[in-house]
Amino acid sequence: MKPFRRKIRIPEQLIWPIAALFILLIFNFLFTENFFHIEIRNGKLFGSLIDILDRASPLMLVALGMTLVIATGGIDLSVGAVMAITGTIIAGLLAMPDFSILSWFNLPASFSLALCIALATGIIFGACNGILVSFFNIQAIVATLILMVAGRGIAQLLSNGQIITVQNDTFSFWGNGYFLGFPFTVFIVIIGFAVCWILIRKTALGLFVEASGSNPVASHYSGINIRMVKFMIYGFSGFCAGLAGILVAADIKAADANNAGLYLELDAILATVLGGTALKGGRCFLAGSLIGAVLIQSVTTTILTRGVPVEYTLVVKALVIVMICLLQSAEFRRMIINRFRKTGK
Amino acid sequence: MPLLAMKNITKTFPGVMALDGVNFDLCSGEAHSLVGENGAGKSTLIKVLTGVYRQDEGEILLEDKRIQPLSPFESQRMGVSTVYQEINLVPELSVEENLFLGRQPMKLGRIDWKKIRRMAEKALSRLNLQIDPSMPLSSFSIATQQMIAIARSLDISARVLILDEPTSSLDHHEVERLFSIIRKLKSEGLGVIFISHFLDQIFEVSDRLTILRNGQLIETCEVSRISRLELVAKMTGKSIEDLKTAQPYSGKKGTNIGKREILKAERLGRKKDIAPFDLQLHEGEILGFAGLLGSGRTQAAELLFGLKQPDTGKIKREGVEVSIRSPQKAVQYGIGFLPEDRKTQGIFPDLSVRENIILAFQSKKGWWKPLSRKKQELITKNFIETLQIKTADMEKPVGQLSGGNQQKVILARWLASQPEIIILDEPTRGIDVGAKAEIESLIHNLCSEGLSIILISGELEEVERNSHRIMVFRDKVIVSELEGENLNLPNIMKLIAEGEANPRETIQA
Ligand SMILES: Nc1ncnc2c1ncn2[C@@H]1O[C@H](COP(=O)(O)OP(=O)(O)OP(=O)(O)O)[C@@H](O)[C@H]1O
Ligand SMILES: [Mg+2]
Repeated sequence: MKPFRRKIRIPEQLIWPIAALFILLIFNFLFTENFFHIEIRNGKLFGSLIDILDRASPLMLVALGMTLVIATGGIDLSVGAVMAITGTIIAGLLAMPDFSILSWFNLPASFSLALCIALATGIIFGACNGILVSFFNIQAIVATLILMVAGRGIAQLLSNGQIITVQNDTFSFWGNGYFLGFPFTVFIVIIGFAVCWILIRKTALGLFVEASGSNPVASHYSGINIRMVKFMIYGFSGFCAGLAGILVAADIKAADANNAGLYLELDAILATVLGGTALKGGRCFLAGSLIGAVLIQSVTTTILTRGVPVEYTLVVKALVIVMICLLQSAEFRRMIINRFRKTGK
Repeated sequence: MPLLAMKNITKTFPGVMALDGVNFDLCSGEAHSLVGENGAGKSTLIKVLTGVYRQDEGEILLEDKRIQPLSPFESQRMGVSTVYQEINLVPELSVEENLFLGRQPMKLGRIDWKKIRRMAEKALSRLNLQIDPSMPLSSFSIATQQMIAIARSLDISARVLILDEPTSSLDHHEVERLFSIIRKLKSEGLGVIFISHFLDQIFEVSDRLTILRNGQLIETCEVSRISRLELVAKMTGKSIEDLKTAQPYSGKKGTNIGKREILKAERLGRKKDIAPFDLQLHEGEILGFAGLLGSGRTQAAELLFGLKQPDTGKIKREGVEVSIRSPQKAVQYGIGFLPEDRKTQGIFPDLSVRENIILAFQSKKGWWKPLSRKKQELITKNFIETLQIKTADMEKPVGQLSGGNQQKVILARWLASQPEIIILDEPTRGIDVGAKAEIESLIHNLCSEGLSIILISGELEEVERNSHRIMVFRDKVIVSELEGENLNLPNIMKLIAEGEANPRETIQA
């Protein structure tokens, strides 16, 4: 056992999503005109790259929560529905004075109050998932499927099945505003990531999350309170989804209970997996998931800007994703290398 | 012509050269032991042979034909039957399904369940295993699972049988049984590769042995040509003179057991697991649990650590009654528990050595009081040194350590948690001779500083050597307590074996 020289530590799992993103950008650099063009108008940055960051922001937020849930060995299918609920609630509170029990207390519909209520709702729904999963031992996929279906129904009930449009400057700033030249949504993501990172890496929670995903029995034997850990993480996922729902509603200045966050849970799972976190739980890569989310959005934007006919976009997107997944598969890479070696001989 | 030959095998992992040009051969009708310290490369050699890993260099010849199995399944088809160090059966499936997985007898295009049952019973009875083959594997203790894995490997008609530490959790009787089967298979012309850290077993069962050290081949020789001392010298790389002068650890010297009753159980019991028992543990004392497999040793420990809830009785911690309803509670009360099954109950394979070691301490402190990275590294470094854990660095995933080194990591985890009481269930399973002695002396040092220990081991010599007092288990009942002059091997054996002959001093509920 001779020690070799020490490697630099970029986790191996992060190399491939970064490489894929890089390849995609090079492709665009070569073939898509003006892709890297960034323009400054009124002190604001415009361009495809900025656009990708802006549009990827809800997905990035949701992927953060999803990553932690997946790290515990679970999954959260309800994030899209939670987005619809929180979007509806904040829009309802801002647009319709008699929307809720708030009107009973004669509280004014201020933005910050509406924001807090919407976020709290997201956390509560996430916590409900947490209770089902951790205290009643229901399989995560089933427990969150309940809310995935019921949640969208709740949002539709709250909005009476209608799209609620909002006229509120602060609200619209959250979705469309600029700050220091960048879209405000980018800062929300940065804040979300910072909160997440502090929660995970500055306390021992991250260790417990990864431990309970890596080996639940051994976690129990080591005195970790797995139930508490899972409960908190599902709550946090609800918070992330809630925040994302607010951004999506703010972006269009309206809450659309039918379409807000539709299928976003799948994209979030994909972003997590592309980012290097394994579905079986254990080690998680928060930054990887953000890269994964940006990667997915870049694929979409690339397809759109290259003018692929609309009816092809989904198929092309699927093909690109399959290629990225293959690139990540060590098995596939070995196969290719072996093929090359054989032909080389 | 040897039955099997491995030539110039080299295998590297990131940061480690696990095998460095190793030659190995096996004749038919021979039992050939692989010996070496923890992390010497024994399991890696087996895994290369059976297609789990692929060697970087070198070739494998089976009956003079070059082979390159790409998976364990393929190697099994080539006539190599293997029991790996970490049991790799499917816990959720039943015993019989596990026995015949991948080689189910078929009848009219369907699995012939009747035949499976018949064959399963036959395979199990060969090892004197009286268990219900329709029960899921996970419902059995690690030792029984190990026996089932052996039963499976014996049942596969093979030319080469490989046993990687098959006896690490077996009792004397089971080992004897296994050895008589090995001898019979040898006479039928099979080649057997045997790995163990019990040198007695090596000398008893094998014809030749191959010594590995740090991935390098040191020597292959006939067992009759080497003495125990020479063997240890070659394994460790120390000179014979050094080994001779090194003071052998003489057990419970310098006893200073306090009077303080640190843990007490009164009529503690649980139906089907363990009959109600009394127990006192004093400060600085090592209390041994001796008994056969399934005698209730582990079950008693599980009640004390809150893994299972007792139906009767109470636990007192320093005279105060406490309710230990979960391991978390137990950890809060300063109790640690090193479980017997390291793969399912112990290690976090994808977490690093550092994280595995600080985990119990951290969970005792709570998630909101993180240990600083510096502190973590300090603790880890300390234990890597004192327990001589062989790892390229402390950030390596524990799953990539050798079996014995994983065991050391789990031991370190509980020692690092600063417990006042620690329950050690088979603490030295899979640990090599040298490290075992070191760990025993470490345990005694900690005891003299006030740590109280409950020591559970199937190796009676180990319990006898280290304990100040012993409780003897038989058929889920604590039959006796031995102390002072009465504490000796013959007495323990007698109590364990008495069985039906004498009326039991059964403790009534
Ligand atoms: N999958 C792996 N990845 C990286 N390193 C590994 C891997 N498997 C084994 N090693 C390293 O190779 C070396 C030899 O390990 P091996 O498991 O063969 O030891 P061993 O002789 O079986 O020891 P033990 O008696 O403890 O079982 C060790 O240093 C170990 O850390
Ligand atoms: Mg081994």
